[in-house]
Order: sequence, then C-alpha cells, then structure tokens
Amino acid sequence: MEWLTQIWLSTPSWVQISVISLLKIVAILIPLVLAVAYYTFAERKIIGYMQIRIGPNRVGPRGWLQPIADVVKLLFKEALIPTNANRFLFLLAPVITLTPALAAWAVIPFSDHLVLADIDAGLLYILALTSMGVYGVIIAGWASNSKYAFLGAMRSAAQIVAYEIAMGFALVGVLMAAGSLNLREIVLAQEGGLHHWYVWPLLPLFLVYFISGVAETNRAPFDVAEGESEIVAGFHVEYSGMNFALFFLAEYANMLLISTLTVVLFLGGWEPLFHVAPFTWIPPLFWLLGKIVIVAFFFLWFRATFPRYRYDQIMRLGWKVFIPVTLVWIAVIGIFTFYTPFGYWFH
Amino acid sequence: MGASLQHYLKSFLLWELIKGLRLTGRQLFARKVTIQYPDEKTPKSPRFRGLHALRRYPNGEERCIACKLCEAVCPALAITIESEEREDGSRRTTRYEIDLFKCIYCGFCEEACPVDSIVETHIHEYHFENRGENIITKDQLLAIGDKYEQQIAAARAADAPYR
Repeated sequence: MEWLTQIWLSTPSWVQISVISLLKIVAILIPLVLAVAYYTFAERKIIGYMQIRIGPNRVGPRGWLQPIADVVKLLFKEALIPTNANRFLFLLAPVITLTPALAAWAVIPFSDHLVLADIDAGLLYILALTSMGVYGVIIAGWASNSKYAFLGAMRSAAQIVAYEIAMGFALVGVLMAAGSLNLREIVLAQEGGLHHWYVWPLLPLFLVYFISGVAETNRAPFDVAEGESEIVAGFHVEYSGMNFALFFLAEYANMLLISTLTVVLFLGGWEPLFHVAPFTWIPPLFWLLGKIVIVAFFFLWFRATFPRYRYDQIMRLGWKVFIPVTLVWIAVIGIFTFYTPFGYWFH
Repeated sequence: MGASLQHYLKSFLLWELIKGLRLTGRQLFARKVTIQYPDEKTPKSPRFRGLHALRRYPNGEERCIACKLCEAVCPALAITIESEEREDGSRRTTRYEIDLFKCIYCGFCEEACPVDSIVETHIHEYHFENRGENIITKDQLLAIGDKYEQQIAAARAADAPYR
C-alpha cells in the first residue's frame, strides 16, 4: 500500500488529474452502457406486456440475460461493408452518432456535487452535442450508397433539424426561468419540492421539449427515419454486426439522455418530491434515477401506443405547432417577468 | 366557431393521445395470453390433421384394400399406391407412399377412404434429417398407426356424432 501512495504522489499533477477524470468517465459510462442494455430488454418486455404477451423469457431466469445474448450475437456477426460504399465514412458514421450521445453525459448533475464537468455553459454544451447526432445519420445514409439508406437519412435529417429548433426554444424558456446555463444551478433553482419544479410554470415547454425529444431520437411515433414498412430500416439498412450495435447503443443512450435532461430541466433533477422526513431519507441520486426511469418508460409507452406519423404531419407539427407554441410561451415568460408583478411564478 | 375551438382545445390537451395511452396502460396489467409452446400446448380438435397413419382392424389385419380412392382424390398428387393379389385372394397394397413435401394436409384422403384406413393423426412435431425421408412408406405408416391407434380411435369416436 505504502509504495502505491509513493508512486501516486511522485507522478506529475496532470497525470493525476487525467487518471482521476478517466476513472470518473468509466464510472459514468459503464453504468450507462449497462442501463442501455437493460433498457432494450425493458422495451421488449414492456411492449410485450402492453400487447398482452410476455416478451423474451428464455435466456436466463425470466429472460434477464437476453441483452447479454444480444450483445454476444452482434459481436460475432460479420460487419459487412457494401462494395460501393465509402469505407471511411461508412465506418466513421456510427462513431459520430455514438460519441455525442455519450459525451453529453459529462455535464449531467447526478446530485449536488456528483457531476463530472460542472461547467457554466452546460446547457449550450448539451445543445451543441445533441445537434452533432444528425451528422452521423446523414453520413451513414450517404456513405451506404443505397436508396433506402439515403431516403431514411434525408427524412431523419429534416425531422431532426425541425425539432431541434423547438427543443432549443424550450430550453430558452428554462434558461429564462433559471437565469443560468449551468445544469446544477438549474436544478438548485427548482429546490423546495414538487410545486417548485419547472413543469408547472413551463408546462407547454415541457410537453414540447419531451415530444421533440422523442422526435430527435427518431423514436415511435416519429420513426419515419426507420420506417420498416416503407424503407426497410432507413439510414442503417446496410449496417451489420458491431457497426449496427453502435447505432443501436447511440439511439438508446440518446433516449436515456433526453429522459435525464427532461428530469433535470423540468422535474427537479435530484430533488425529492417534498422536503419532509420520509422523502428526504432517500439519497438524491436515487431520486434522479427514479425520475429518469419514469420518463424513460414513456418512450416505450409511446412506442407501444402510437402509429407512425405521416411525413408531412411530422413537419406540420414541428414547424407550425411546436415552434409557435414555444415562441408564445417565451414571450409570456418575458412579459410576465418584466412588465407585471407576477414574474415570480416563473422563478 | 365552437366546433373549431373545441377541436383546438382537444388537440392541445392531447386528449386522444391520452386516451390511447390509457388503453395500452391498462393492457400492461392485463392477463397475458401467451402459450409458452414447448412447455405448454393448446388443446387440439379431434379433427386436427397432422402426420398420416394407416390403421389395422383389431384382429391385426390391415384395413387398406387398395381401392386407390385416396390416390385419386389427392389434390397434391402426394400419394402413390401399387397393389397385387395376396395368397388368400384379397387385393392388398404392395406400395403405399406419401410425399410429405407435396401433401397439403387437406384430409381428403381420410374422407375418401371407405374403410377408415388412411387417417391423419394429431402428430405435428416431426422433421426429416436426410434427403428422401420426406417420402413415408407403407411400413412407416402402419407403424405410426399401431403406435397411436388408441389416440386415433378416441379422436374419431369424439367426432363421430358430428359426422
């Protein structure tokens, strides 16, 4: 033990910082990847239950090893690259999709002091990274050199760009209410129990944000990018094996990210329901995780319930409903804050 | 004006979406209808048409009299029969083969048979491992018949009142 501390103390400080940061990153990523694996299992089970069947239950007790079996299967599959595809971009696309989906977790505050990078521009960082995801989709569609992949990529790109705007405006509302871009401070501004959360004053923005989040991640009912019945699998038709697994991982990581952001921005993050005895006994991290699970459940519930939107309906909803709604509500917040004595409603 | 206002109110309150969510939410807790196949099986009708069999009379004499009605009625031409005179002077099949790849399990052979010889049993879990095993011979058919005679007879007795 002694010599270990000796070595540790003798290393330069930049090495120490890098090692500690790396450990923190691993401590976030490994639970995240596990969560993604079991999110896919939860999806199959819950959708199964909603369709009055029981879902996967053959691998391991009650099917609990199913995600492991899926991963092993994908690992051993051949990663095909179509002859006429652009090899470099074809292999780059899944990485570009996955990286922002994982990197965005850096600024998520898991509790008052549990945050990897407590940066002041956290919200901007999130916006920047989630916008990166669309490049992966476009590059994948283009590099595959396939009609279906290209059509899927085009649909997906148009949709993501449209909903990105509504999402951004919804975040502006949060920003106005909290007066900070730092995610930790946004949560702290919602301190004091259920009635202080931003869901209530920003209800329209909350709905717009969450629905846009569903559209951003290309999930049902906004999954025209995949559109099994029309364009096979959309932008990732040509992918197989691990390359496909990366897209899959990115999609589910993004869903969890959107759920987490919804919780952090609108549902009080790690804050307990009420600041009274039985609620404060549960540690903040568990409050956050519990809320994330509930919001993430809605993604699956939506998928089990709604039929796919037609393409023009998606565009109409994005441009002609969500963007005006967010703009109006931002104006309402502004007017109330600066011209009426009721501004405290929003703070 | 009133109708359109109502329409807007309904859309913005996501009323119909919530109704849909409520339905699937209820189903989440409903009793599941899944039959876990290899462990659980659904009951079969006595009229179930599975693998074929040739039956015998209780004294051990084979029922088939080589009338070839089944061969004639078979829409898929799956049955091949050849017959000769036996030492005791009765007409019997020397060859009775069914190609299970051609067979469409329509049950016409069973209906055409005047002596209830060719029947379709309740067996539906079978497979072939080599080329040619899909053609099932007279000996095999008789063996199936001997093995499952009780089941076959019970199914026919259960269905008799409705024939």
